[in-house]
Amino acid sequence: MSEHIEKNGDILVDVRHLKQYFNINVGWLKTKPLKAVDDVSFSIRRGETLGLVGESGCGKTTVGRSILHLYQPTAGEVIFNGHPIKSKADIRELREKATMVFQDPYSSLNPRMTVSDIIGEPLDIHKAYKNKEERLHRILELMDQVGLNSEHASRYAHEFSGGQRQRIGIARALALKPDFIVCDEPVSALDVSIQAQVINMFVELQEQMNLTYLFIAHDILVVRHISDRIAVMYLGKMVELADAAEIYDQPLHPYTRSLMSAVPQPDPKVAKANKRIVLSGDIPSPLNAPSGCPFRTRCPNAAPCCAEAMPEFKEVKPGHFVACHRLNEI
Amino acid sequence: MEQEPLLKVRDLHTSFFTPAGEVKAVNGVSFNLDRGKVLGIVGESGSGKSVTAYSIMQILATTGKIVSGSIKLDGQELVGADESVMKTVRGNKVSIIFQDPMTSLNPTYTIGHQLMEAIMLHTDRNKAQARERAIEMLRLVNVNEPEKRIKQYPFEFSGGMRQRVMIAMALACEPDILIADEPTTALDVTIQAQILELMKSLQEELGMAIIMITHDLGVVAQMCDEVIVMYAGSICEQGTAEEIFYNPKHEYTKGLMRSIPTADTAGSKLHPITGTPIDLLNMPEGCPFAPRCNNAMKICLRQRCERMRINDEHFAACWMNVKEGIENGTIVREEEGGENA
Repeated sequence: MSEHIEKNGDILVDVRHLKQYFNINVGWLKTKPLKAVDDVSFSIRRGETLGLVGESGCGKTTVGRSILHLYQPTAGEVIFNGHPIKSKADIRELREKATMVFQDPYSSLNPRMTVSDIIGEPLDIHKAYKNKEERLHRILELMDQVGLNSEHASRYAHEFSGGQRQRIGIARALALKPDFIVCDEPVSALDVSIQAQVINMFVELQEQMNLTYLFIAHDILVVRHISDRIAVMYLGKMVELADAAEIYDQPLHPYTRSLMSAVPQPDPKVAKANKRIVLSGDIPSPLNAPSGCPFRTRCPNAAPCCAEAMPEFKEVKPGHFVACHRLNEI
Repeated sequence: MEQEPLLKVRDLHTSFFTPAGEVKAVNGVSFNLDRGKVLGIVGESGSGKSVTAYSIMQILATTGKIVSGSIKLDGQELVGADESVMKTVRGNKVSIIFQDPMTSLNPTYTIGHQLMEAIMLHTDRNKAQARERAIEMLRLVNVNEPEKRIKQYPFEFSGGMRQRVMIAMALACEPDILIADEPTTALDVTIQAQILELMKSLQEELGMAIIMITHDLGVVAQMCDEVIVMYAGSICEQGTAEEIFYNPKHEYTKGLMRSIPTADTAGSKLHPITGTPIDLLNMPEGCPFAPRCNNAMKICLRQRCERMRINDEHFAACWMNVKEGIENGTIVREEEGGENA
């Protein structure tokens, strides 16, 4: 797959066969690997937004964190801007250029720090200023950039509303002028009217600073709005990846189909006429993942061959990748 | 004279008395709910949608109090009613399911115990009959092998399954009204689809009315016959789902509709509502939405707009409708408020 995309311009983040296992205690001195992310490969072009969707526990947040090496990946390779990330020095360099915005604006900001210290912390760590004036100047500039009143620099996080806190988190992520931001559910904790403000800000910042986003969310309409391409994960595996419009209008994988049809459409006529593909059952535990294709236990088209091996994640149309054995039959 | 509605709420005011002052969480809410209808209440956090529901059930926190107004269920007044009366209402006539199925079940009792407790409390079934009813209810909400499942504890159930148990418990005594307070917010999209589908089919089967409290306009569009839009404790607009979605008549509703991303907005800018939600401790004199409204006029800041009739199925409290009415001549300027007084 990387061959195809390499022809297609400038790759900023290339993830190859990423695996992230966690050892879970399952008894006295016994552990079992939980395969949070299992052999996932994709790449993100410079200036692009890749949306990553899936249900809770499918490993989408883990992918974002493993790219930034907040966890040491179990196996696989992350190539950032042409450099494979291997040593501690690589990781330090990576974190200057790749940052993260977290889901919960309440717990991701230290309540004992003022806003200027929160935003200034990355500058301190990476020694990105010559003197105190320069530091303060940069902090005020960042606050202005995300639409915060710079007079509030000496306040604490609890004095702000949810939307404003998320702006503080974004200012912190922008402090070192990164190329790449992992946005982990950045708007799901916000009210609808505030959500639109923050989404617009992400789009504007991307245009101004030529940022690249990995946008993780479970709200498919939000992801559809902001993304150029969308990847769908299920139980640690990537099952489909394509252009945002294509995957939304013509999903191929049975899981993506049901996911797209389950999106509640904010339009009564469409919503009431909509034929939803309602899946039976729940997502299996990743500790006891089914053999072969992870989706087969809920798949309406499952056949015996699905239990045998994980289908290959292959390109079926230009730029459209799917992992399904029975794609041609359904 | 129309048939008396099942639930009739008139000018409900509920406040929380905090050390910082009185928080008017619900500020003059009136609506009717007919048998077998699904009513959606939408609004942002702090708009008073949950407090409205809790007022009906009278399960407010200790600092909360219904200050004035009337809630009539089947002709029976609930405001000021005795706790013993409320005990016959809760569970029997009105049931509620909450957002978080993880915390609304007791982790130390089996599912069966909790279901049977609710059934025995509200009906005169004995233990064996209650057990039978519990199994029957679990089967109704599509829980597989209910005989086995009633012996299990909540931790053995997934989020979607727990919400099914909550629905089974709420419906066990065949209430007339089911209040669903953000029933699917904590669930994944595909599980949400299952639960909504289940609620819809049970509603058709059992004929109860549902009050659906949510901030998700998609859920409202899919489920509701009628919709109430709330902002800062008051109703901005109410009407049929079609009227609210296709013909919004309050600036806040219009703003909400513009700010949600859809398949058509991809690649373009959203039109967010500017500003931040209002502080309920310092409510302005005029329309609560005026400070954030792009079309606010002088009168909006001075005087709160009364509920106005747009048509038989649609009411809104926004001065813009008067302005438009005067401009296109449907309102003649004689008395303040025109035809809608």
